[in-house]
Amino acid sequence: MSAEGGVWAYAVLHGDAAEDRVADLCGVADETVRVVASVDLAAAVGSVGLDEFGQDALRRNLEDLDWWAAKARAHDAVIAAIARSGPVIPVRMATVYRNDGRVRQLLQSRRDEFEVCLDRLTGRAEWGVKAFADPNLLAAHDTSAGSNPVGHRSGTAYLLRRRRELASHEAAYRVAASHAELIHTALLQQAVEGKRKPAPHPILSGTDAWTVLNGTYLVEEARADRFTAKIAELDQATDGITLEITGPWPPYSFTGDVVSP
Amino acid sequence: MTEVLPAERDRRIALVDLLDRVLAGGVVISGEVVLSVADVDMVTISLRTLISSVGSLLPPEDYGSGGE
Repeated sequence: MSAEGGVWAYAVLHGDAAEDRVADLCGVADETVRVVASVDLAAAVGSVGLDEFGQDALRRNLEDLDWWAAKARAHDAVIAAIARSGPVIPVRMATVYRNDGRVRQLLQSRRDEFEVCLDRLTGRAEWGVKAFADPNLLAAHDTSAGSNPVGHRSGTAYLLRRRRELASHEAAYRVAASHAELIHTALLQQAVEGKRKPAPHPILSGTDAWTVLNGTYLVEEARADRFTAKIAELDQATDGITLEITGPWPPYSFTGDVVSP
Repeated sequence: MTEVLPAERDRRIALVDLLDRVLAGGVVISGEVVLSVADVDMVTISLRTLISSVGSLLPPEDYGSGGE
């Protein structure tokens, strides 16, 4: 079993200069990344052992976060390096084939879709933008929450105060959500495409602030400066909201519809 | 505003942002071994477990009104 091997796919790219574009890259198993070509398309792949990357092994490793973190970074590093020299379609992490023949077959059968996708992604990169709202700052605008004429000893007073706090909390959230909508709309105007993704769980974001926008945008490389300038402007102009930008990423979120077997 | 982090240079990108893209993004094409959605959820759960056990984070009771 340990001798069995599989083919880990990183990305699909144009066949032209594919060899040069993946030269010297090292993959998830420390293997040398190589090219499987078919007519005018190519896939960047690596040979991996199924003892570590087969179905059973991947399931076994699911709880090992360090393992996932390392492999995710390795997978992304290969794709990001290829993206620097031209358009690339990232392949979802943990896609493994039996052999090169299967990869070639796939390039042939999906050729038209891949070509269209590569054209659409040429000269463009993905940028992530998150908006964090500070609930206290937004709630501070609502002054009614602060006063408590009844006094804080009675249970009724407590309940009333608590209800006001919740109402102010909800009002703050509504303000933050409308800010997020405006920011998203403004960024869409600077982008080719964009979408809102679900906000990560608050524990993951590691902050008390609300993540009111987890947006990601496909932006023309030539307009990247304008895009980031717009973010700085929106950040300045929106009280109680902090924007965080990541990128440029390979176009992970813009690979088009799911390609089924 | 938080400083721009060029993806190809800064390898210390938040793991959340990275997993969000490599596991939820990218083209999905039939392979002999493809992680199912349930498996991806499990990775996310693991991530939560790890982060919450390391950090001194408060339970997210205040997020009920709409962190989604």
